[in-house]
Amino acid sequence: MVERDDIVEIMAGLALFADLTRPQLQAVAHTFEEEWFEEGQRILRQGFSGSNFYVILDGEAAVRIDGQTRATLGRGDFFGEVSVLLGEPPTADVVALRPLRCIALAGPETEHFLISHPRVMFRMLQAQARRLRNANRWRS
Amino acid sequence: MAQLNGRPHPPGRYPVVVVGSGPGGLQISYFLQRLGVPHATLSADAGPGGMFLRYPLFQRLNTWSKPYAPAERGTRPYEWYDWNSLVGDVPEHRSLVSAAMDGTSYFPSREEMARGLAAFAERAGVVVRYTCRWEATRREGDAFVLATSDGEYRCRYAVFAVGMAEPWKPPQIPGIEAAPHYVEIGPARTYAGRRVFIIGKRNSGFEIADALLPWARQIILGSPRPPLLSVLSSGAGVRAKYLVPYEDHVIGGGVFVLDAAIDRVERSGATWRVVTSGMEGGTRSFEVDEVFVATGFTVPLGDLPSLGVATFNQGRLPRMNDYWESTSVPGIYFAGTITQGSVGLRKYGGAGNSAAVGGFRHNARVLAVRLARLLGIEVPRPRLRPEEVVPYLLSEATRAPELLNQKAYLARVVSFDRDQGILDEGIVPLAAFVDEPGPDAAGIVVEVDRDGQHHPAVYLRHRGHVSEHALPPDPLLNFEGREHQAQLAALLAGVI
Repeated sequence: MVERDDIVEIMAGLALFADLTRPQLQAVAHTFEEEWFEEGQRILRQGFSGSNFYVILDGEAAVRIDGQTRATLGRGDFFGEVSVLLGEPPTADVVALRPLRCIALAGPETEHFLISHPRVMFRMLQAQARRLRNANRWRS
Repeated sequence: MAQLNGRPHPPGRYPVVVVGSGPGGLQISYFLQRLGVPHATLSADAGPGGMFLRYPLFQRLNTWSKPYAPAERGTRPYEWYDWNSLVGDVPEHRSLVSAAMDGTSYFPSREEMARGLAAFAERAGVVVRYTCRWEATRREGDAFVLATSDGEYRCRYAVFAVGMAEPWKPPQIPGIEAAPHYVEIGPARTYAGRRVFIIGKRNSGFEIADALLPWARQIILGSPRPPLLSVLSSGAGVRAKYLVPYEDHVIGGGVFVLDAAIDRVERSGATWRVVTSGMEGGTRSFEVDEVFVATGFTVPLGDLPSLGVATFNQGRLPRMNDYWESTSVPGIYFAGTITQGSVGLRKYGGAGNSAAVGGFRHNARVLAVRLARLLGIEVPRPRLRPEEVVPYLLSEATRAPELLNQKAYLARVVSFDRDQGILDEGIVPLAAFVDEPGPDAAGIVVEVDRDGQHHPAVYLRHRGHVSEHALPPDPLLNFEGREHQAQLAALLAGVI
């Protein structure tokens, strides 16, 4: 009943890590911690300091502000980076909608990680740019 | 509990069955007994001690027990300075590892640790049915049935404290199965003049390297991730005790610490070849005399996965909730080092200290209280006067071993109920406190922020909403001064 070590395989298929070599993927897989969240469990808590950076490997999560769902996240999406980058508590809860499998990087390690993996930082920037574009479109 | 033919806990029906007689099993059994929870504790071993009957291989633990500390030995505050003793309700059950130490080091030897655990079991009267091996598990209605070498045990709740006891090697590295695991390594002098490759750069890898420094001709430690050093990461990672090989690497003295993926391990006559891939591409082959696999351990879960117990981390740990209960098979709980599978809020990346005795011993008391209440056994919630609340919570933040060993993980909680008054709710997992509904209450913890500053934080639940409030740090970690009192009093003014 031992699960296959599929984290590296899943990561290899995610846009965020698409530019990494195989050994780099392995190193990243060992740097992040695997975490599971059950349905209804909070991962990020609105207004709480000290949150971390998460990448979803499997499952679905809701972004909720004051209890209102604003977005849904799935495989390959990441969250927590805004809070970590700005050093501020998250402005939303992130709640698992069904069992959620993530990899997590400690908030204080995120800056060093991004600087030492510039291609991941670039991919993250691209994803943020898309989010910003979509948000602007939605508003206009 | 009834004894038959001189052996305690005969097969039968019990509210709770505990499996394991290492520190995790002894500690949960102790608190269940203190709370009056009838239970049976079973162990395949012949005596108490668990992993410490064999490990650490090179004889000393990497966690301290300080014979002379700011708090008196035998008191509750002293437990923070003595990470290896099990914790007790009364002075005579406390500090038994530090009492067994001979003063040559503040890291106990394996024998001193094992002696301290045995002394605890004896003095505290922890009753274990030894040489009784848990072999299989099944459900029968609401009950679990544990088949053992002595017969069947039926219980409402089963607590597995079986340790991270089984050697584990990453299955995806071809050839690694032939290389000896950490547990198979012989005495250090056996490797005089040898070239050694150690796969793994966590504590056990560095422990081997440290032990072989006077003997091996060359030592290479290799794994994909750069080593995480506890002195740079608020306690997580390789302990300072094992940093001498790393210093040797930095100086260039014959120890090499490589960040590389291990592609395969091959036996080549009397020597070994380890083939690695560097981070930027390119492979490298190392010919050595010995290869040791220091990639850790896994939980011997037996047939629990086939009962439905979900796992993660390549099946090495069960998935569990904030009270260390299987998320997929309610009623199955875990104690001891397995509780590291529940990481709490993971504030600033910290996940508590549940892998080590110093942390999980406190989880055991929380779990015992939980089980007692589930079984309808009343556990007192002492009443506090309003003027006692602020000094009490600040005293806890300054000296409670639960809060200091389990930072941002365990909280001291006081509730404010209109009808019942102010009640001490005891020690509670912080994640459970902030996510579960309840009356107005305050939970205090000690946290380490991103700058490494230790400070108390208060989580205030008011009308169903929980808010976080950081109190200031203090250079001497004394959180009982005027500023702390004033800030906490102002914060609680609306609820007391």
